[in-house]
Amino acid sequence: MSFINYSSREINCKIVYYGPGLCGKTTNLQYIFRRMNPGDRGKMISLATETERTLFFDFLPVSMGEIRGFKTRFHLYTVPGQVFYDASRRLILRGVDGVVFCADSQITRMDSNLESFDNLRINLREQGYDPDRIPLVLQYNKRDVNSLASVSELHALLNYRNVPEFEAVASTGVGVFETLKGIIKLVLIDLKKGGR
Amino acid sequence: MVSPMNQNRFILHEKEYNEFQSVLKKLLIDSYAKVVFLVDKNGSLLSSAGETGDFDTTSLASLAAGNIAATGGLASLIGEKEFSILFHEGQRDNMHISLVDNRLILVVVFDGRSSIGLVRLRVRRAGEELGRILKAVDETAEREEEGGVIEELTEADIESLFK
Ligand SMILES: Nc1nc2c(ncn2[C@@H]2O[C@H](COP(=O)(O)OP(=O)(O)OP(=O)(O)O)[C@@H](O)[C@H]2O)c(=O)[nH]1
Ligand SMILES: [Mg+2]
Repeated sequence: MSFINYSSREINCKIVYYGPGLCGKTTNLQYIFRRMNPGDRGKMISLATETERTLFFDFLPVSMGEIRGFKTRFHLYTVPGQVFYDASRRLILRGVDGVVFCADSQITRMDSNLESFDNLRINLREQGYDPDRIPLVLQYNKRDVNSLASVSELHALLNYRNVPEFEAVASTGVGVFETLKGIIKLVLIDLKKGGR
Repeated sequence: MVSPMNQNRFILHEKEYNEFQSVLKKLLIDSYAKVVFLVDKNGSLLSSAGETGDFDTTSLASLAAGNIAATGGLASLIGEKEFSILFHEGQRDNMHISLVDNRLILVVVFDGRSSIGLVRLRVRRAGEELGRILKAVDETAEREEEGGVIEELTEADIESLFK
């Protein structure tokens, strides 16, 4: 649920990066954190295990400039991808305005991608969202690895809604900001349309 | 709990913002707190009062919301509806976190100048007033479904963000 504050003239929206364990969600946020002007982003909070797996969430607030005199701020969250953290994923999804589904392009991870995508749909429905209408973009990450699924395979597996899709190498930043812009656009368009 | 707003957004106008602000200021004084914050359940900061300069308020808002969400999850696992009050005791500073109408989160940071009993009492009273303001926010939202800045957004406006 976006928050519009007429007093401070701000629009706040919540974007969640979802996807299987180790697909690179946290890496996306780390890259955004490093590359953005410090004046345009806040601190990054990572609630992680000792082995740097996300335990509860990562959080990064970013500002994207003004529209019609309103500052636009986006709160970026990642969920923990490991299967057994499902209860936490559901909590993070509350109040979400847009989802980036981050898929792992390694051939061996196709089952995990699909399982996580199904899990996203179930959890969205549980929170009262229509999984076929919520603003969504897909990111095919790890395009630099050797045994790679083709984009058309990934598309056939995950993109039945035909939403914007982006190839990425989050560890070097390829495609990271394209993905972010993609979801921000959809979120703002959805906000303009009003209730869903 | 589902809010009366059937929209996907929470709109706060100047008037109610100022009212929130004055409740917080009063709470700050009456409870001898260091700082008080009002946060929505999704982690956006609505308003604050006190020595906020020492705090990263955005991070604090998000973690308070995460904390409430996690304990809410724990509550439902043992068949409770919600733990509506959380209390964290530190060496010097303490934090009292409570839910207002299951929608807003009120955070009070205080030290030895105050006490948990006093804070609890003042928070209860402030909570009632915040709840009343929240109702007014909802009523305004129902009245003026259209005509805000958002409806006037054009694709060109959105594109201009990325120039
Ligand atoms: N080769 C390659 N490695 C990547 C890429 N993106 C991320 N990684 C690596 O993949 C590993 C896992 O990345 P994370 O960002 O922690 O994964 P995550 O999705 O947050 O994982 P969970 O927190 O467990 O859900 C790290 O070692 C990253 O450096 C990429 O595009 N290519
Ligand atoms: Mg992670």
